[in-house]
Amino acid sequence: MTPLIDDRLLRFDDEGQPVLQGARDRVSGRLVFPPAAEDERYTLEALPRRGTLWSWTVQRFRPKSPPYAGPDAFAPYAVGYVDLDNAIIVEARLTGVAFTDLKIGVPLKLTTLALERADGGTVVTYAFAPAEQGE
Amino acid sequence: MSDVTIIGAGIHRFGRTPGRTGLQQGAFAVRDALASAGLEWKDVQFAYGGSDAAGNADTMVSELGLTGLQFINVANGCATGGSAMFGAYVTIKSGEYDLGLAVGFDKHPPGAFDPKPADWGLPDWYGETGLMLTTQFFAMKIQRYMALHGISTGTLAAVAEKAFANGALADHAWRRQPLSAQEVLSSPMVSDPLTKYMFCSPAEGAVALIFASERKARELGLPAVKLRAAAVRTRPPGSFEVFSPALDVERGPSPTTLAARAAFEMAGVGPEDIDIAQLQDTESGAEIMHMAENGFCADGDQEQWIAEGRTRREGALPVNTDGGCLACGEPIGASGLRQVYENYQQLTGRAGRRQIEGAPRLGYSHVYGAPGVSAVAILER
Repeated sequence: MTPLIDDRLLRFDDEGQPVLQGARDRVSGRLVFPPAAEDERYTLEALPRRGTLWSWTVQRFRPKSPPYAGPDAFAPYAVGYVDLDNAIIVEARLTGVAFTDLKIGVPLKLTTLALERADGGTVVTYAFAPAEQGE
Repeated sequence: MSDVTIIGAGIHRFGRTPGRTGLQQGAFAVRDALASAGLEWKDVQFAYGGSDAAGNADTMVSELGLTGLQFINVANGCATGGSAMFGAYVTIKSGEYDLGLAVGFDKHPPGAFDPKPADWGLPDWYGETGLMLTTQFFAMKIQRYMALHGISTGTLAAVAEKAFANGALADHAWRRQPLSAQEVLSSPMVSDPLTKYMFCSPAEGAVALIFASERKARELGLPAVKLRAAAVRTRPPGSFEVFSPALDVERGPSPTTLAARAAFEMAGVGPEDIDIAQLQDTESGAEIMHMAENGFCADGDQEQWIAEGRTRREGALPVNTDGGCLACGEPIGASGLRQVYENYQQLTGRAGRRQIEGAPRLGYSHVYGAPGVSAVAILER
């Protein structure tokens, strides 16, 4: 199975659906993402799977390596902040959407994205894709 | 408590200077500043200095002279220059010394910055999956701002056009070639909605400023510009900052808002009193948003302000009169001090071809950077 970028941040439920996890500060009640290191102060919490696009851009040039781990071959990709049901706004890669359809407010749902690495491996990260009406 | 003045300012031209290290550019700026005031290195009682990526400021004593002065290195990311100036400000205000300097310099390789996630308290995957880019942050901040407040792409281009027009008149600027709004718009898209010429680039350069108590300046018989306020502030809850994997739903003000309020209060003046302003313009959108965050206009008013040319050289509030970061590039350690240098030159009538008419009296400068820090200074002739 392809490794996940972080198995505290991303897991799959019994039906094989992805679950994105944040952590709730027990004292302040603040929800944080990515989940903080294991600590008594925080409890892991599944984040809403649906949200709306809060802002976006397109990464048009290949980022420098390090820190970027992708291969030399590069294709532009979309990035956005997604407002997850008013719980938290999460930054993510966007997938399955034409750049020309990116617009603040469009409904999105959680999915996964397999990313090739320059070292030949593949890793699975979280991403958001357009959600159909009523889906 | 002493009043703090600036009595000299020096600069090493920005851009690229092969064969001269960042530290050498720093020492060059110090000598230039001393010459502008007719002073010698041995007259300097203390110094604060720093760079982000070009070495330890205090090693420049080997080039400038081993006078034994107190020299404190400052490393505060994008606010390095602003923090060095704050150090000089409080040192003189407290009465500890009455003549010293702040110097900032840098020398970055071409291309975007390549941050390490661990340095920012972030997991490796954030960088590995292609999310850790300052350019993405600036693009997404202005993208949302444009949608909420009705700012057009043409206004982004107008800001860059103004920057290159002003830079063409500044000897220390890097990009001296005027560009039309159309050329800015049709340059390659870097991170939507921002094109290549809407972004500044990492660069090289150095600035030094000499500070003195008002009494000392009088003794020396030097014209002095008062440093009426210097404030450095970090981010409050709910601000939108570079390298943020998540944001709180409840949005809040920015470090700039806090630093601006503090500086205006310290100086006892308001935004309407300011004659010229140097505002952080990492990209065109940043200048637009910072106009509002610093209190010069309401969110959304920029569209009309810029259409009317109010921030151009001949406008009511000239902004980034030397072309800002867009025309000068951004050597991190020097950038914030360049803004103060520019205000000093304008207020003392030494800005040459780019001199703003009407003898400006109050100059405002604002630097902003990662991970959410702003420094504001207000100068008065």
